[in-house]
Amino acid sequence: MSVTTASRLRMPASLNALRNIIVFLMKSPTSLFGLCVLALLILVAIFAPLIATHDPYAQDLANTLQAPGNTHLFGTDELGRDIFSRLVWGSRITLTIIFLVSIVVGPIGLAVGAASGYLGGRFDTVMMRITDIFLSFPSLILSLAFVAALGPSLNNAIIAIALTSWPPIARLARAEAMTFRNADYIAAARLQGASPLRIIVKSIVPMCLPSVLIRLTLNMATVILTAAGLGFLGLGAQPPLPEWGAMIATGRRYMLDSWWLVTFPGVAILCVSLAFNLLGDGLRDALDPKQMNRR
Amino acid sequence: MTSPILDVKNLHIRYGGASADAVRGVSFTLGRERLGIVGESGSGKSTVGRALLRLLPSAKITAETMRFEDIELLSLTEKQMLGIRGRRMSMILQDPKFSLNPIRKVGDQVAETYLRHFKCSRKEAGEKAIAMLEAVKIRDPERVCEQYPHEISGGMGQRVMIAMMLLADPDVVIADEPTSALDVTVRLQVLNILDSLVRDRGIGLIMISHDLNLVRNFCDRVLIMYAGRVVETLAARDLDKAQHPYTRGLLAAQPRIGGARAPLAVLDRRPEWLEEVSR
Amino acid sequence: MSKRRLSLQGATGQIGTILVTLLGLLILTFIIGRMMPADPVRAIVGEDATRETYEQVFRSLGLDRPLWEQFFYYLGDVLTGDFGTSIRTGQPVIQDILHVMPATIELATFAILIGAGLGVPMGVIAAVNKDRWPDHVVRVLSLFGHSMPIFWTGMIALIVLYAKLDLVGGSGRMDQFYIGLVPETTGFLLIDSLLAGEMDVFWSAVNHLILPASLLGYSSSAYITRMTRSFMLDQLGQEYITTARVKGLSKHQTIWRHAFVNIRVQLVTIVALAYGSLLEGAVLIETVFAWPGFGQYLTSNLIIGDMNAVMTCVLIVGVIFIALNLLSDVLYRLFDPRTR
Repeated sequence: MSVTTASRLRMPASLNALRNIIVFLMKSPTSLFGLCVLALLILVAIFAPLIATHDPYAQDLANTLQAPGNTHLFGTDELGRDIFSRLVWGSRITLTIIFLVSIVVGPIGLAVGAASGYLGGRFDTVMMRITDIFLSFPSLILSLAFVAALGPSLNNAIIAIALTSWPPIARLARAEAMTFRNADYIAAARLQGASPLRIIVKSIVPMCLPSVLIRLTLNMATVILTAAGLGFLGLGAQPPLPEWGAMIATGRRYMLDSWWLVTFPGVAILCVSLAFNLLGDGLRDALDPKQMNRR
Repeated sequence: MTSPILDVKNLHIRYGGASADAVRGVSFTLGRERLGIVGESGSGKSTVGRALLRLLPSAKITAETMRFEDIELLSLTEKQMLGIRGRRMSMILQDPKFSLNPIRKVGDQVAETYLRHFKCSRKEAGEKAIAMLEAVKIRDPERVCEQYPHEISGGMGQRVMIAMMLLADPDVVIADEPTSALDVTVRLQVLNILDSLVRDRGIGLIMISHDLNLVRNFCDRVLIMYAGRVVETLAARDLDKAQHPYTRGLLAAQPRIGGARAPLAVLDRRPEWLEEVSR
Repeated sequence: MSKRRLSLQGATGQIGTILVTLLGLLILTFIIGRMMPADPVRAIVGEDATRETYEQVFRSLGLDRPLWEQFFYYLGDVLTGDFGTSIRTGQPVIQDILHVMPATIELATFAILIGAGLGVPMGVIAAVNKDRWPDHVVRVLSLFGHSMPIFWTGMIALIVLYAKLDLVGGSGRMDQFYIGLVPETTGFLLIDSLLAGEMDVFWSAVNHLILPASLLGYSSSAYITRMTRSFMLDQLGQEYITTARVKGLSKHQTIWRHAFVNIRVQLVTIVALAYGSLLEGAVLIETVFAWPGFGQYLTSNLIIGDMNAVMTCVLIVGVIFIALNLLSDVLYRLFDPRTR
């Protein structure tokens, strides 16, 4: 929080830019769709107990694999649980993943990137070699390996995803920091005797923050797909948690006869990841396209 | 100047999304002569040049008439326009560093103009290109043909550009600041080459420039543009007798070797000129 | 001359970077392997081995040594081409992987052909029609491909196109009926079946390949489309495009003979990187389609905790990625006249 206020005090220009960006996004129908879906996701997650028609864990062995109908909007699964209610509660898991990954990845990426961009030298070299190693994998493969090492569970999946998604953020923050490093006001701060730590925290980090936030949004689609993929492979959230990817995995056995078991969770994943992609795409347009294509 | 090659009356150009016209009511004629268009940046002089070739896809061009010989340019289809561009009217762009395709050999790029407009073999077009490169005084044109644009100098690049644009023997050539990206030392050389080619072939030349001295020396007539309008038209040799205060201002703002050491005059820009009708 | 020396320096610098990255990769796989919860000793000796046997195997594997020492053993093994033995099959891991690799390469190659065949023209169309409806259509189409959970799309496609409409083959590389009919010479089923002259098997294989390859290709086309569009926009804004237009070239000729020709090198590098990223989709799609390739090998070993197999798989993916990056760099240097 304090970082945001600091940045607000320091640069009203960037706040102004933020408002411009939002106005820009509202104008494009695709970005607007993305914003709406995300708002809906948040609302559903908050009001899950009110929206869900059934207990997401309540088994009803008399009514297994019911087709979508009046009592069960999206049908029931192999244990007679209401799929609609499970989807609604599952939105909380999705949001949890997004939230936790963001609050781990953002600060780590920002800290590493800002520090190595500002300090340069050997620290920079070492840090960039490390990000090189992480970047030489598709994120899902590396997450798979980490989950395998940590043991399959939702928390470990989140840790694994966070571990694999900080390097691009760090790269971005570093590039930003390097452009600010030689600015006059940084030199002024240095002359006044500010320590490197103070300069990084007070001057560099706030300047990197906007682009890092945008990059985080862009990454969320990948994060969601990776989380769902891990869930699907049985390495993420474990049953009976209503995680969407895991729901698809269990529904796979029945997919030829009971299509609704896999269809609805998939649509949910698709919508959310599409929403993030549309939003990210709009943000990319609102800003310099070349800058955002960079890793 | 019996029958003008180009006859433009009341030309208006508005860029897509803009709220005002970039060019407002420009009229001029061009015979087999050298016409200079002078003005500061943003005065619309380059826009006029590109509009003549209909190269402004997003802009709206209107005119009472925009006639090239007996062809009304504005009524042509894009397909008909392709037969005009390069073949009958062409344009020399400012900076060869950007106006030549960086990853194609020089010879191919020059020959392409000929191949596009005449039925002939690649070999034939290549020979034409070499002959034309010789005409723009490039030594060893066979070797230059095999080079890439980044391997040749700016002056040579601009001569290649001239060769490319004159290869199909057009009637009108528009030169859009042809020397402003070049070293001062090679400017004159390039201009002389262009000048002699244009004279020998009886080509109508429109020289777009911000350089009054250049225009005075290489053109027959001069249009002075300000804020999308022609404020004054006069013969180049009469430039010193210019009437319009803007033209006088431009002349006064020029440094002269051996002139007074007093600070140069600051260009005066009066709002009433924006609405004045050109004479 | 000095330019050449500079690029040579660049090359040695690059080799150094690659070596450091490879070392880091090995450290990473080693850490992952050591962190895995499965007990490698137990996996070898079985559940009811005596304490002495357990201890003996524990020592013979070097697990009693300090970690850094263990890492050097691992490093030595890898450098001599020894990646350990698979607990599940009892065979050298590398042999197992070489055995499953052709299936994945076949799938990925077809996928990248589809992905590039789709993505490049779409990117060009989008760039040429920037901010008009074709651009928007292409944008939505490619974002859709980028957003779909591929394992789910695979299932839906199987339900609709295979189970309901019977247009394509289902799971596996060929119909059950043909399995074992064709001798495995290269491992690439399409080639093997042609070599054996078994056209039925060949068509069955094509029929099975087309769906997973299309889905993978579609999902990778998103990246290719976006990059193609951005490269094309860069070129179309250049002054030499105006020159081409002034010469009298049509819009079509300008786009394909000038702008597109100039982005070919960049495109090749992008496609090479996209090819590597296909491995990610392959892991999921192979699970859905029961495709006996690298992805399935990796996931099945992850689940049973076969340490050597997992470490080697991860290492191979990393090496493939580094190699593709290097390849795209080299291609760039070779084919762009400005860097020669």
